[in-house]
Amino acid sequence: MTLWWIGNAVLLLVVLPVVVYLLKGVLDAASGIVPSIRQIAGAAAAGSKDLDAVPLLLTTQDQVRQTVAGVAGYGGSLDVILDDAEEE
Amino acid sequence: MPAAGVVTIVAVVLIVLALVVYLVATILKLQAIADGLDEVIASVGEIVEKSAPVNDVVLDINEQLDAGVELLEGLLVQKAGLRDALGLVEGLYPGAAAQGFRAFPESRELVPPRIAEVYTRGTLTLARLGREAPIAMANPAGPVLRDVQYGSMAAKLLYTDVRHTSPEKLPRSPVIGSGAPVQYEQREDIGRPRKRFARTKYV
Repeated sequence: MTLWWIGNAVLLLVVLPVVVYLLKGVLDAASGIVPSIRQIAGAAAAGSKDLDAVPLLLTTQDQVRQTVAGVAGYGGSLDVILDDAEEE
Repeated sequence: MPAAGVVTIVAVVLIVLALVVYLVATILKLQAIADGLDEVIASVGEIVEKSAPVNDVVLDINEQLDAGVELLEGLLVQKAGLRDALGLVEGLYPGAAAQGFRAFPESRELVPPRIAEVYTRGTLTLARLGREAPIAMANPAGPVLRDVQYGSMAAKLLYTDVRHTSPEKLPRSPVIGSGAPVQYEQREDIGRPRKRFARTKYV
């Protein structure tokens, strides 16, 4: 009977607090992850939205090609109009 | 049932209750985490999908721009010569000559001539001096020469010596009137009625 009471005391004073402490630690850790996940989701969504202008790069690419072609045309004309530098 | 048995049952029930409460709360939190990760994965997938063609497009743009730069550099060097071309670039963009031309690595070792200094650096000098400053008389890299609101001598000293430093050496102002050293004869027609020409009739 004495051992039974000792077992009860251990169960109530040791096992139960340890179980509660460990479970609370797990719950706190899980609760701490949730805000971080929300921030990451928000950042990823914002990053995805920022990339909506990426298709405009195709326009930029086309504009650059046309500009370089125009510069090449002007360069060819200048090459004809202007004399070359005298060699030193 | 003995009292010890009742206490045992109560202890076990308490432990089970603690397990249930905390584990259920943890499960709910993990579900929220899983939902958030689903959103993250979807957004990251969009990012990957949208940014996939960026590399090729940017590389193509860079190739086009490199071709344009090489063309312009080559034309400039061909028409102005390497040294003068470097000076022109330095005049327009101070410090750019240190980088040289891409297609002409030897240009990095050249000392650029001071071309276009009259206009570019002189303009900077004007900006430092305020008004009344001659162009390119001072080094624009230096500090401000004068108080632009009150001081004016610093700017005046940049001009040739006329009036501001030695006014006593200037010729005296001309004397007019009867005491003037040079007397001119008075014209007789001054003060008289103006001559009028006879009218002619045109047919």
